[in-house]
Amino acid sequence: MAFIEIKGLHKWFGSFHVLRGITEQVEQGEVLVICGPSGSGKSTLIRCVNRLEEYQKGTIHFDGRDIHDPGLDVNSLRAEIGIVFQQFNLYPHLTVLKNVTLAPIKVRGVPRAEAEENGLALLERVGIHDQAHKYPAELSGGQQQRVAIARALAMKPKAMLFDEPTSALDPEMINEVLNVMKDLARDGMTMLCVTHEMGFAREVADRVIFMDAGEVLEQAPPQEFFSNPKHERTKLFLKEIL
Amino acid sequence: MGYQFNWSLVLTGEYRDWLLDGFVLTLKISGIAGACALALGTLVAIMRLSRVKPLMWLSLSFTEFFRNTPLLVQIFFWYFGSEAFLPTYVNQWLYRQDFEFAAGTIALTVYSSAFIAEELRSGIFSIPKNQLEASRATGLNFLQAYRYVILPQAFRIVIPPLISQLLNLLKNSSLVMTIGVMELTYQARQVESFTFHGFEAFTVATLLYLAVSLTVSFIITMYNKHFLHQLRY
Ligand SMILES: Nc1ncnc2c1ncn2[C@@H]1O[C@H](COP(=O)(O)OP(=O)(O)OP(=O)(O)O)[C@@H](O)[C@H]1O
Ligand SMILES: [Mg+2]
Repeated sequence: MAFIEIKGLHKWFGSFHVLRGITEQVEQGEVLVICGPSGSGKSTLIRCVNRLEEYQKGTIHFDGRDIHDPGLDVNSLRAEIGIVFQQFNLYPHLTVLKNVTLAPIKVRGVPRAEAEENGLALLERVGIHDQAHKYPAELSGGQQQRVAIARALAMKPKAMLFDEPTSALDPEMINEVLNVMKDLARDGMTMLCVTHEMGFAREVADRVIFMDAGEVLEQAPPQEFFSNPKHERTKLFLKEIL
Repeated sequence: MGYQFNWSLVLTGEYRDWLLDGFVLTLKISGIAGACALALGTLVAIMRLSRVKPLMWLSLSFTEFFRNTPLLVQIFFWYFGSEAFLPTYVNQWLYRQDFEFAAGTIALTVYSSAFIAEELRSGIFSIPKNQLEASRATGLNFLQAYRYVILPQAFRIVIPPLISQLLNLLKNSSLVMTIGVMELTYQARQVESFTFHGFEAFTVATLLYLAVSLTVSFIITMYNKHFLHQLRY
């Protein structure tokens, strides 16, 4: 069984059928890029993986466990999966370092000193070591998003989900975030990235999937996906964003 | 026709002591009612947020009822009405205590708690939903997310309006003079009827109310300057 295995996934918001039978497998260390038009269900799909959204039909296995197994503790599942949102969602009342150490201390019971040491190392890794004691509001968007990545990594996750991590950023800040993500990918992190950054996809994705109206219409390695899209909808979409 | 100001009359001796006693009682009834209103208001706000239908409904009726009827009517209600719905032995016990003070405290508590509950509820509501989501996504459980992420933010937001509710309570407490609680306004009235120097007596009372309000307002302003700027999303 694959590391993340999604089988026949259906989800409805009320009567609106948002995911219409998604089947996908992601291996350990694989980087999957998900693209598609607005409203096609990309965010909903990745949010199902850490159960921020519930689904009504189908199964998702993560690291061999059915994530909907009644015996499974949803908090420990989430602790193993990092997620980075479009709007950063940092905690505004806590310093950058405290944003990063909160979950390790409270969820994993890591001693404060150790959590801070680890947190500072992560902030160094994302290039904002010197801002550790500032508040999120004092940072630029690109810096905030890198803190959000560090916060997720602080739980030592087995996989990372990214939901359009660069779409709320000014153009000049996009690369600083993408570079952190590329490093992660090269270090072997399993990643599901909803993004329209096709340069990123070309460089580090193992596969790109195209979603439309709750279905995966097409999937291929990036070279093939960009040079030779099969589906009319994909061609149209690529023409719009490139 | 000349009014002879006589400040020393109200600033010394017996009449000064009356006013000071009144001021102490005003602080006492406001303090007790304020503390009880915070507790009751928190309870009512939590009931409202609980998503348990009967509790939500009860909480909503409570706040709407007590916010939308005049405080003076409520004070008379507790004072004259308690006989009708409290058991006899409770009433008898109350009469042996300071019954006016008890009725006034209850009225001020209940009335203020309705406003406090609304402030607390809207403070918690104003925290963006994605804060809860982001914290749950790192593995914090619901209570941890509230304790470490949601409530600290709500608290910062809600402190200034809560304090102005408590100042309203201080000012509203003057109404309990109508049921004979000998607080500051009552005593100023007493001084007036004994000395016919109402202007001086009420000036002193006004300044005492003002001193407390302005001190507290100043503290809120400082608080806003130093803490609220962090909360940008
Ligand atoms: N909580 C919700 N309740 C009802 N409908 C929702 C909810 N969340 C999303 N939807 C709807 O589901 C559809 C898919 O939403 P989703 O956010 O997954 O799309 P997306 O592909 O991520 O789009 P975008 O590129 O705009 O982020 C949209 O039509 C959206 O309006
Ligand atoms: Mg989306």
